Amino acid sequence: MNAQSQETLVQLDDIYKKFSISGDFLDQLKFRQGRIVREQEFVHAINGVSLEVKRGEALCVVGESGCGKSTVARTVMGLLNPSQGSVHYDGQRIDNLNDRALMPYRRKMQMIFQNPYASLNPRMTIAQTLQEPVALHNPGWSGQEVRDKVAEVMFSVGIDPSWGERHPHEFSGGQRQRISIARALAVGPEFIVADEPISALDVSIQAQVLNLMMDAQEKHNLTYLFITHDLSVVEHFGTRVAVMYLGSLCELAPTKALFSTPRHPYSQALLSAIPRLDDNRPQHIKLQGEVPTPVNLPPGCVFHGRCPHVNDRCKREIPQLIATDEGGQVACHGVEEGRI
Amino acid sequence: MALLEVNNLEVSFGLRSGGVKALRDINFKLDRGERIGVVGESGAGKSVLGFSILNLISNPGSITGGEILFEGKNLSKLSAGELRSVRGNRISMIFQDPMMTLNPVLTVGEQMIECLMAHRKIRKEDARNIALQKLKQVYIPSPETRLDQYPHELSGGMRQRIVIAIGLLMDPDIIIADEPTTALDVTIQAEIMELMLELCERNNVALILITHDLGVVSQVTQRTIVMYAGRIIEQGPTKEIINDAQHPYTQGLMNALPQMAVPGARLNQIRGAMPPLQRIPTGCAFNPRCDYVTETCKHNLPGFTESGSCLVACHMVAEMKREAAQAASLAQEVQS
Repeated sequence: MNAQSQETLVQLDDIYKKFSISGDFLDQLKFRQGRIVREQEFVHAINGVSLEVKRGEALCVVGESGCGKSTVARTVMGLLNPSQGSVHYDGQRIDNLNDRALMPYRRKMQMIFQNPYASLNPRMTIAQTLQEPVALHNPGWSGQEVRDKVAEVMFSVGIDPSWGERHPHEFSGGQRQRISIARALAVGPEFIVADEPISALDVSIQAQVLNLMMDAQEKHNLTYLFITHDLSVVEHFGTRVAVMYLGSLCELAPTKALFSTPRHPYSQALLSAIPRLDDNRPQHIKLQGEVPTPVNLPPGCVFHGRCPHVNDRCKREIPQLIATDEGGQVACHGVEEGRI
Repeated sequence: MALLEVNNLEVSFGLRSGGVKALRDINFKLDRGERIGVVGESGAGKSVLGFSILNLISNPGSITGGEILFEGKNLSKLSAGELRSVRGNRISMIFQDPMMTLNPVLTVGEQMIECLMAHRKIRKEDARNIALQKLKQVYIPSPETRLDQYPHELSGGMRQRIVIAIGLLMDPDIIIADEPTTALDVTIQAEIMELMLELCERNNVALILITHDLGVVSQVTQRTIVMYAGRIIEQGPTKEIINDAQHPYTQGLMNALPQMAVPGARLNQIRGAMPPLQRIPTGCAFNPRCDYVTETCKHNLPGFTESGSCLVACHMVAEMKREAAQAASLAQEVQS
């Protein structure tokens, strides 16, 4: 399958997102050298990320905590507004639309959250939770039509429709995540953003939920943006993988290419750190130091402080994504210069 | 004599709805310097096992049967004072979340010195030097500065290193690590696991590693205990369990890992979920989810069968072995 020939469904263009951590206006006023000045500090969560999600693929975004992967997911969904840059859905810019204009897109894009214990309303029965979005997006439907649709979706994710009157606390974690998936599928979306949908679940349950998501993808021809920190899942599930570090994209490659020949030094380190069943001794690439704070970003390549292949240029100049032989893209001076 | 020997341990929790047994017939031995992994899903009782060794089970739970012999002394019968001389001294514990384990209002140094002075009669300066030395052992950069810092000034990986350093302070014989890397990122997890492995080998410390990650177990431990619904269902050398699991549950757990499936294909799933402790089915607790289930499994609790060097609690192990042997001999006949 040639990913290049496929139609782009979602496009992120040079997205920046920063969050102020200085509090309200009055908190920002500081007394400095006899004058009152306003000071603001920001967390730079995403710095110039451009991504294209092709129709029908499962694009996985991986990275460690704090690298901005969840912020990307929320920006795509319109739950956060980008500080700079634009989001296009099917050719139409959506990040500047108001709530009313966004409604038709909300129906096409749905989200599955990480923690099924927190993302379901504990005071609503499962049936109420599932009926709400169906009724909202199909104002003309009768009560019976809504209930039928909900029963159909519940059945398709393996939850007995007769359990509709139960509350979330009566279900196990895996069942709750199935209900979250049912809620996303209920309105007939074409694009689903899944933010760590299986990391709160046990291994045997993870497999069930992943299989369910793959079944749903085939049945409804879904496109996924799959956010995770678990690389073994990515290898199994993803069509393409985007590796993020400190708010920037390091590497974007077809799954096979990334797992066989990772190009970016960070991707290499990340892959070598997966605990595998077959090897006897951990043989991972050791990175020096720790992830710097996103408040004061390092100049040049964000990874230069921990990179084993660093040179002067890496410390000065921000690397741009360049195409690789394997059909991916990588942002690294070392790869560009042929050093790595 | 084994360093630690657990015999027929039973732990119960008294709830309003009646008592539940969180652990039943737990039997295992740990030798000096041996590393043992305890795996299972959430609710299988692996953390309760870790806590009960140090008698850290608090109300409404209690150890209701069996014994925990540490160098021949039964830990569950010791007085609070006697127990204090073991806890944190001979057996230390590392918990999952380093932010919850460290006291946020004391500096790292104060916490380490406090621990040392509680167990030994030494001067504060000497305690500080030992603390410094332990921080160096866990490769913390500029340890002198770290001693005077508060936990919130350090990153997650650094905090877990400090927790490990505190665990090592008294040169314990056993470290119990309860999901030590679950709260950390993959690259940090790899570093921490490597560090723990190195420290255990160098100091000849025995390790009980409680985790749900089979990959970590296979890299660090020599023996593995698999738990399900409060019971041990399989134990044996890690290599054998990883390569040739005998119990259907262990097999299912291995096969459910994404790395065991063909990329893009469906994963092998175990149907259903682990039952809550109040509603454990009769017979083998795994029987409603098992593919090999028979009438016997539904009525009789399986005892342990020896299979190679593993102990397996399954009625069907002998049967499955026989079938495998038959298939093998049949294949040989066909070949000849």
